[in-house]
Amino acid sequence: MVSLQLQDLSASYAGRPVLSGISTPVLQGGQLVALLGPNAAGKSTLFRRIFGLLKGGGEVRVTGATVPRPIAYMPQDSGARPVLTVYESILLARMQGRRLQVAPEDHAEVERILDLLAITHLRQRNIGDLSGGQRQMVSAAQVLVLNPQILLMDEPTSALDLSRQIDLLALLHRLTREQGLLIIVALHDIGHALHFSDAAMVIQSGQLIACGPTPEVVTPDLLRHVFDVKARIEPCSKGKPQLIVDGRAG
Amino acid sequence: MTSKADIAEVSQGRDFYRALVLRRQIILVGLALALMFSICVDLALGPARYSLGQVLQALIWPSQVEDQVRVVLWQIRMPVALMAAVVGASLSIAGVQMQTILNNPLASPFTLGISAGAGFGAALALAFGVSLFPFAIEYVIPINAFLMAMLTALAIYGLSLRQGVTSETIVLLGIALVFIFNALMSLIQFFASQQAVAAVVFWTMGSLTKATWPKLWISLTVLLVAAPLLARRGWALTAMRLGDAKAESMGIRPRRLRLEVLVIVSLLASISVSFVGTIGFIGLVGPHIARMLLGEDQRFLLPGAALSGALILSVGSILSKMVIPGTVIPIGIVTSLVGIPFFLYLILNRKAASW
Repeated sequence: MVSLQLQDLSASYAGRPVLSGISTPVLQGGQLVALLGPNAAGKSTLFRRIFGLLKGGGEVRVTGATVPRPIAYMPQDSGARPVLTVYESILLARMQGRRLQVAPEDHAEVERILDLLAITHLRQRNIGDLSGGQRQMVSAAQVLVLNPQILLMDEPTSALDLSRQIDLLALLHRLTREQGLLIIVALHDIGHALHFSDAAMVIQSGQLIACGPTPEVVTPDLLRHVFDVKARIEPCSKGKPQLIVDGRAG
Repeated sequence: MTSKADIAEVSQGRDFYRALVLRRQIILVGLALALMFSICVDLALGPARYSLGQVLQALIWPSQVEDQVRVVLWQIRMPVALMAAVVGASLSIAGVQMQTILNNPLASPFTLGISAGAGFGAALALAFGVSLFPFAIEYVIPINAFLMAMLTALAIYGLSLRQGVTSETIVLLGIALVFIFNALMSLIQFFASQQAVAAVVFWTMGSLTKATWPKLWISLTVLLVAAPLLARRGWALTAMRLGDAKAESMGIRPRRLRLEVLVIVSLLASISVSFVGTIGFIGLVGPHIARMLLGEDQRFLLPGAALSGALILSVGSILSKMVIPGTVIPIGIVTSLVGIPFFLYLILNRKAASW
């Protein structure tokens, strides 16, 4: 099974350090990891550094990968509106680096992903005509169609309505279990992190504050320290931990 | 296990895509046929008018037509008619790729200052006999124009390497370069003789009558080298329209691709402009028509832009002969007169807008 380990990772923009000393234990495939942190903490920068778009110190160690490009990265929506149908834009992601002719298995893969994300009905629509949430589902499809083993997703639920947030996170959770994927998802909703993730990484001011099993990492103390929020985490009637926010700390 | 419903769903998706591809292929064939027809009409028109039958006969069985008809069609009109198509295709391809890599609907050889740079180079030769490459006196004007156009492109290239420069900055720099070259042109005209001023003004109007077979072969060779180089990058160029972040996530290096493409299209635009003068709006309107008809997939957009640019300039060549019988109006005037209203239509009509 694939695994990922970050060792003393750092990065800087124009000489200003934006990430420093980020080391994690070995993150095994088959789990959903929530990347948490306040705005501008460095979550997107960390993803870009892991994916290789930013140079810097340290090492990204991937072991057990069985494909040439095991990592896929879903950035936040850029708002671009080119004249492309949903089907074409997913196919486009899959065809990068390949020859111009589309093979039948590429079509089959696009259809499988459309079906997996329940967006088959959108395939003929122009992506410029979609809502923010629909575009986010298409972005998810564009990375899933690459069949990665490690998936980095930058706030994939930020534009989705509540039911679609739950659907997408449940699907990602299922993929980790069924296909042994390691999925790291940047989230702002701590409740979702508690509910769906197996592990959590918390980042603040470019440094990793905590990394481990979600119930051990996401605690009232951490929420007070990192988010300046007074909150409790209590089991619901089904025994699942749930977040109750009392207000700003202090 | 795959159910019957799943199989039906997959084949439905492929059928939709096949229909989309077929529609685009039909549009490309339609554009190619329209271009061939337009070239034939362009050949037929002139001081001596021929029927389309005579033109076709002279094209297919040249030995069976009168010597005079053959000479007029093959030696005089053919280089002009084909130059219109080749220059139109080159400028339109340059425009579509500039728009793609800079993610800006206003990018074109005209708006980025490449045409203005070429005009300045030509004006130096026309007004003062200054040669930037004094070894080919016969081609001093096009070589000057080409070198200045490439220098302009290199200036844009150099700036794009600087930290923090966005595609918007590059377009703004292009506009600044247009103003600089226009001011320099005015300065040249202020000091030049009246005769030289007339020559400079005529050059900047753009004219296909400067076309000859050797110039045509050079332009065609550059087009035939550049187009496959761009086509090879089809998937990556299409992805550039999704924004740099998305393109990067697909494994593309936007800065590198932008520079490679900028060099290729600058060469394409510089060669065209240096031979026929400033022809505006083809590099702006051709790509937008192609994008409206064919979408953003570069496998269709690239040939579509080439064909639509070639068709527009070929029709422009016909119009330039028809407006005032017996006079050939400089093609640059015709393309601007036709191009500007169309451009306004594109801007104001949200349904037609492809950006």
